[in-house]
Amino acid sequence: MSDKVKEVKDVAEVSEKAMKKQKGGFQLGTVLALVLMCVILSVLNHNFYNVTNIMSVFKQTAFNAFLATGMLLCLITAGIDLSVGANAVFCACIMGAMKQAGMSSGILMILVAILLGTAVGMTNGLLLTKLHLPHPFVSTLGMKNVLWGLALVVTNSQMVSGFPESVQWLGKKTIVAGFPVSFLVIIALYVVMHIFLSRTALGRSIYCLGGNKEATRLSGINTDRVLLFCYSVSGLMASLAGILSVGRSGICNGANATQPYDTDAIAACIIGGASFMGGKGTMIGTMLGCLIIAVLRNGFTLLSVDSAVQNVVLGLVIILSVFMDVVREEREVKRRRLASAKK
Amino acid sequence: MSENIIELRNVTKRFPGVVALSNMQLTIKPGEIHGLIGENGAGKSTLIKVLTGVHQPDEGQIIVEGQECKFKDPNESKAKGIACVYQELNIEKLLSVTDNVFINNWTKKGFLLDYNSMHKKASEIMTSLGQDVDVHKAAGTYGMGIQQMIEIAKAVLLDAKVIIMDEPTSSLGEKEVAQLMKTCRDLKARGIGILFVSHKLEELFELCDRVTVMRDGEFIATKDISEWDNDSLIAAMVGRTLDNQFPKEFGKKGECFLKVKDLTIGGVLDHVSFEAYGGQILGLAGLVGAGRTETVRAVFGADPIDGGTIEVKGKEVKIKSPEHAIEAGIALLTEDRKGQGLVLAQPIRTNLILSSLKEHSSGVLLDEKKIEENGQRNMSDLRIKAPSLDEITGQLSGGNQQKVVIGKWVNADADIYIFDEPTRGIDVGAKVEVYNVMNRLVKAGKCVIMVSSEMPEVLGMSDRVVVMRGGKVMAEIDRDSKHFNQEDIMKAAWGGSLDE
Repeated sequence: MSDKVKEVKDVAEVSEKAMKKQKGGFQLGTVLALVLMCVILSVLNHNFYNVTNIMSVFKQTAFNAFLATGMLLCLITAGIDLSVGANAVFCACIMGAMKQAGMSSGILMILVAILLGTAVGMTNGLLLTKLHLPHPFVSTLGMKNVLWGLALVVTNSQMVSGFPESVQWLGKKTIVAGFPVSFLVIIALYVVMHIFLSRTALGRSIYCLGGNKEATRLSGINTDRVLLFCYSVSGLMASLAGILSVGRSGICNGANATQPYDTDAIAACIIGGASFMGGKGTMIGTMLGCLIIAVLRNGFTLLSVDSAVQNVVLGLVIILSVFMDVVREEREVKRRRLASAKK
Repeated sequence: MSENIIELRNVTKRFPGVVALSNMQLTIKPGEIHGLIGENGAGKSTLIKVLTGVHQPDEGQIIVEGQECKFKDPNESKAKGIACVYQELNIEKLLSVTDNVFINNWTKKGFLLDYNSMHKKASEIMTSLGQDVDVHKAAGTYGMGIQQMIEIAKAVLLDAKVIIMDEPTSSLGEKEVAQLMKTCRDLKARGIGILFVSHKLEELFELCDRVTVMRDGEFIATKDISEWDNDSLIAAMVGRTLDNQFPKEFGKKGECFLKVKDLTIGGVLDHVSFEAYGGQILGLAGLVGAGRTETVRAVFGADPIDGGTIEVKGKEVKIKSPEHAIEAGIALLTEDRKGQGLVLAQPIRTNLILSSLKEHSSGVLLDEKKIEENGQRNMSDLRIKAPSLDEITGQLSGGNQQKVVIGKWVNADADIYIFDEPTRGIDVGAKVEVYNVMNRLVKAGKCVIMVSSEMPEVLGMSDRVVVMRGGKVMAEIDRDSKHFNQEDIMKAAWGGSLDE
C-alpha cells in the first residue's frame, strides 16, 4: 500500500472517530449549552434560579414546543410550514369570535379550533401534493398571510377576553408547585411523538421521504399521504398552541399573527439537529431547542435587556443555528468521501 | 497544412477500472460529414469529451490543422474551432435568441452590450441556417429544432471548423430532421467538417461521406459510406464473442405471470404488448431511448399511462401507483440506484424494509427483532459486505448498494421481479452475484424481467427476449430460436425486420 493511500486511510479513520464523537456529542453539546446558559443566568440574576421562574420558563416553552412538533415533521420531509404561528393565532381568534357571538360552550370552542387548525394544515398538505406547488415555503407563506387576515376579520380586529374556564385550562392550570399542565401535556406529547418517529412504520417513512422522496415512492409508500399527514399534524399542533395561548394570556389578539412564532419553532428544530435538507431531526433535540429559546427570552427579560436587542440576539441565534446545519452537512459529506476513499 | 482538420492518433483514455478509449483513430476533413456509430457504452461520449477538452487523453495525439494540441479545458478546444452541439441542449429558455447565440461572447460598445449589432448578426446567422425567427424573442418560445439551430448558430459565430453533433435528431420531429440535414449540407458546402453521432443507420446513409465504427472503446473501421451496408455496420458494431461470465441456470417454465396488452403513453409507448412467465427470465433489449424503462415504470405504476391493460396471473389489475403494483406482487429495481432505489442517508437496516414496512411491524410499532433477523439473513444471503446493518447505505460500494436494493425487493416477496439495468456500474464479481440472485428467483418459480443494454448480458441470462425500438415491440425471440443471436437482436433494435 502506498504511503498516500495509507495517509488517506488514516485521515478517514481519524475523521470517522471524530465524527462518531461529534454525533453522540452533539446532543450533549446542546445540553451543555443549555446548562451553561442557566448557570450564567443564575449568577447574573438571582431571580432566575427559583421555582416560580423555572415554572414560567416551562410555561413559555410549551407554546413553542407545540409549534415545533409540527414544524419538525415538515422539516424531516425536507419541507417547512411557515403558517404555524398564524394558524395558532387564527384558532385563538376563531374561539374569540365564537365568544363575541355569545357562545359559552368551551368544549365546542376547542373542538372548532382543533378542527379548523387541522383543516388548515391539511390544506397546506393538499396544496403541496395535489396542486404540486413547487415548495411549501411559498404556499405556507401565502397561508400565513391568509390566516393573519382571517384572524383579524373574524374578530373585527378586536382583542377578545373572558373565555370559559375549560378553554383556559390548558394554558392556565397548574399542578403541584405551580408546575404547568401545559408542560405536562408537552412531555407526554414528546414521548409519544418520539416513539412514533423512531419506532413506527409511518415514522420511518417520514425520514425516508425526506431522504429520497422518489425512492420512497417507488418502494410502494404513498408519499402524498405521508406528506398530507405531516402537514395535518402541523395544523393540529398549531391549534393546540392557539388554545394554550388563550389560557396563558386570557385573550386572543389577531395582530399577534405577525409575531415570529414560526421562526422560533424552526430555530428550535434546527438547534435540535434537524436539517433543511430533510431526513433528520429528533424530538429530544427539538425539546432542547425549545428550552434554549425559552431560557434566552426569559433571561433577557430578567436582565431587562431592551426588547429590540432581544430580537437582534435571537435573530443571530437563528442564523447561527442555520450555519451549524450547513457545517454539519459539509462535515457529513466530507466524512462520507473519506470513508469511501478508504475502501 | 494537412488535409485533415482534425486527426486523432492512438488516443487512449482510462478511468479507474476501465479503458474508455483505446488507440482511437479518427480523421475529419474540411467539408466532410463524418458519421460515428457504436453500441451504448462503445466510447462515443468519451471520444466527444476528449475532442472538446472536457477529458484529457492519457496517451496519443490530437492534431488540429497539422498542429498537435493539448486541450486543458473546453475553452481551449473552442478556441481551436471545435464546437459541439450536445444531445442535451444548453439553451437559456428565458433569454432571447440573440442572448443565447452571443452568450459569453458578447459584442460590447464601451461598457455596454451592443444589442443593435448583436441582433443584426444573430438574425443573419439564423437566416443563413434557414431559420426565419425573431431573434428578440425568448429562445424557449421556439421548438427543439430551432433551439438546436441556436446551438449551431453559436458554433457558426465562433467560426467553428468542426461541429460535433451528438445524437442531434433524437428529439426532433420528421420535418425538423429534414431541415437539420439541409443545414448540415450547407455547413458542409462552407467547408465546415461535421462529426455526426447517431443511432439511426438510415440517417448515416443519407447524410454522411464516411462512417467510423467504434466498439468497446476501440476503433473498428472507417470507410466511405458506399463501402458500408446495414449488415456490415451492425456486424462491425457488435462483433464480439461471448465469454462465460453468465452462470445461467434454468428454471421450470410456469404459467403466464404478467400479460401486458397495448400499453400506451402518448409519444412514449405505442401499444406495447408482451408476456412474461414464471420460472423464466425475460430480457428487454433495445437501444437507449427505445422505451424499455418507460415500459417497466408504467407496469409498476410509477408513471401514469394513457391506455392498455395489465394482467397478473390471469387477472386484470389496475395499477395506479407503486403501492398497487407491490400489492399485485410486482417489484421494480430501478435503473437509477442512487436517485430512485435507496435512501442513501439511512442505514442498510431501514432501506431493507422500505417496501415491507407492514410485514416488519407488529401492532403499531416496528418489530425490531424481525428487522434484525431478516436484515442479517439478507446480509449473508446476498453477501452484502458491510460492517453492520447500521452502516449508512451511501457509504457502500455500488455493488453492495445494488444488493441492498435487491434485498429490499426480496423482502417484499413479489412474484414478478423487474430488474432495470441491474448490473450497471458495478464490478464483475458483483455482477455474477446479481445473476445468481436472478437464477435463484427463477428456480423458485418467480418471474424475472431484465432490462439490459448490454447485449452479452441479454443473451447470457434471458430465456426469452423482447426487442423494443421507438416505444414499440419489434420482435420476440425465444432462446432456442435461430434469431437468438447478437446480429438479429441488434437488427431488430435498429429497426430491421427478421425473416421467419
